[in-house]
Formats: sequence, structure tokens, C-alpha cells
Amino acid sequence: MALLTMMVVATFGILRLGNLFAVVILGGIYSFLMATVLVVLDAVDVAMTEASVGAGISTVLMLGTLYLTKVEEAAPVRRSILPLLIALGVGAVLAYGTFDFPPFGVAEAPIHQHVVPRYLAKSVEETMVPNVVTAVLASYRGYDTLGETTVIFTAGIGVLLLLRGGRKGAGARGSKEGGA
Amino acid sequence: MMFAAAAIALLATIAMAIARAMRGPTVFDRTLAANSVGTGAVLLLAVVGFLGGRPDFLDIAITYGLLNAIGTIAVLKFFRYGSMADAGDGKDGAR
Repeated sequence: MALLTMMVVATFGILRLGNLFAVVILGGIYSFLMATVLVVLDAVDVAMTEASVGAGISTVLMLGTLYLTKVEEAAPVRRSILPLLIALGVGAVLAYGTFDFPPFGVAEAPIHQHVVPRYLAKSVEETMVPNVVTAVLASYRGYDTLGETTVIFTAGIGVLLLLRGGRKGAGARGSKEGGA
Repeated sequence: MMFAAAAIALLATIAMAIARAMRGPTVFDRTLAANSVGTGAVLLLAVVGFLGGRPDFLDIAITYGLLNAIGTIAVLKFFRYGSMADAGDGKDGAR
């Protein structure tokens, strides 16, 4: 499909270009294409997350990082062939694993047989949530979602503390040196 | 048929914008190319929605358009002020 081809082109651009700003922009483009592919595959919620996090927030964060470093990529110390071979090997194994998948969207796939019929039949009367996806995420897997939210909240607090602490420490040290 | 032709034309547009993002000598070429890719993706979503007989994709396309505008503004603001938040810093204006 044409979108996937363009994603491959963007990936090679990311690999080959030395200008880090272009790499950041291409990363955002890649995320937008990925989100479009996900919408075409009917995974609308995942696509929305990809568009907002991948194309939005991470591009902004990368630009913020770029402000702290140089724009041009540093030359590698030495080139080694082993990581390329490992990556190709892992990719080949993953592609081999997809051969055992059932065809896309088939109703007889194992994932549609286990608990999905019960969710579809009973979720409204059991949880009073009209959207089945929301019912599964927020009610049937409520503890799982609570754990995920806790992890993200903790990470956010940690980052905030790191950034804040560094700035306050620098300011205190500066004032002490100024006084002495 | 009409929608299929529009989808193919939009794919060609996105491909050309990606080429500009990779070639583009200046920052603004690349920013504009990224914005064009976002716009193309929004339009492509709308067209694909009508192509598959599900016009409710239009809502998602509108949200994408919003994200695209915010992202472009963020990039341009970064290049105007050098950082995201503290515009009143004054130590480096237009980089």
C-alpha cells in the first residue's frame, strides 16, 4: 500500500539524513502516516493516540531536546555490522511469526472467540457504559488501567521533580557564590 | 470512482511533500512540508471515510487538523523564540 511505502521512505530518510531537525520533522510525518494507516485499519482510538503523542507531543519534546544540543549529527566513532544483522534477524523472526496469524478481520480468529461475545452481549447491562471499548478498558480491565495511569502519573511527577530540582539547585548555588 | 481518484491524487501530494521534507534546504521548506503532509492526511482520512461508506471519519479528520495546526505553531514558535515556554527570556531572540 502506498502509505506504507511512504513510511518506509520516511524511515530511510530518518536513517540517512544528518540534519537532526529534518529527522525530527520526518518523525512527525511518519507518525501522521502511521495514524492514517491505523484509521484505515479501523483502530481509531490507537490512531488518535498515535497522532497526538507521536506527531504532537514527541515532536515538541524532540525540538526542545534539539535546542539543548547541536543540529548536526555527530559522526559515529566506528561502524559495526553486528547491530544491523541483529535487527534484521529479529525483524525476520517477527515477520515469520505473522505467517501463523489468522487473516485480518476474520470472525473465527481466536481473539474474537474467548471473551468478546460476552462483552458484546452483556457490557451494557453489567457496566451501564454504552461504548464497549470504554467498558472493557474502564470496567472489566479497571485495575489494569488504574495501574497504567499510576505508572504514567509517577513518571510525570519524577520528571517534574528532576526539572524543578535542577533549576532550584542551580539558582541556590548561584546566589551562594554571589554572596561569597 | 471519484473518491478513488481523489485518494490517489492525495497520495501523490503526500509523496511529493515527503520528498520536499527530505530535500528541503531550509527549515521553512521542511516545516511547510510537514504541514502539507498533515493536511494531506486529514483530507485522505475524509476521502477514505466516504470511500468506505463511513462519513463519521470526518470527526477524526477534524481532530487531526487541529493537531496539525498546533504542531506547526509549536515548531515555528520554537524557531522564533528558541524554546517553548519562556518567550520573555530575551537572551536569544530570533535564531
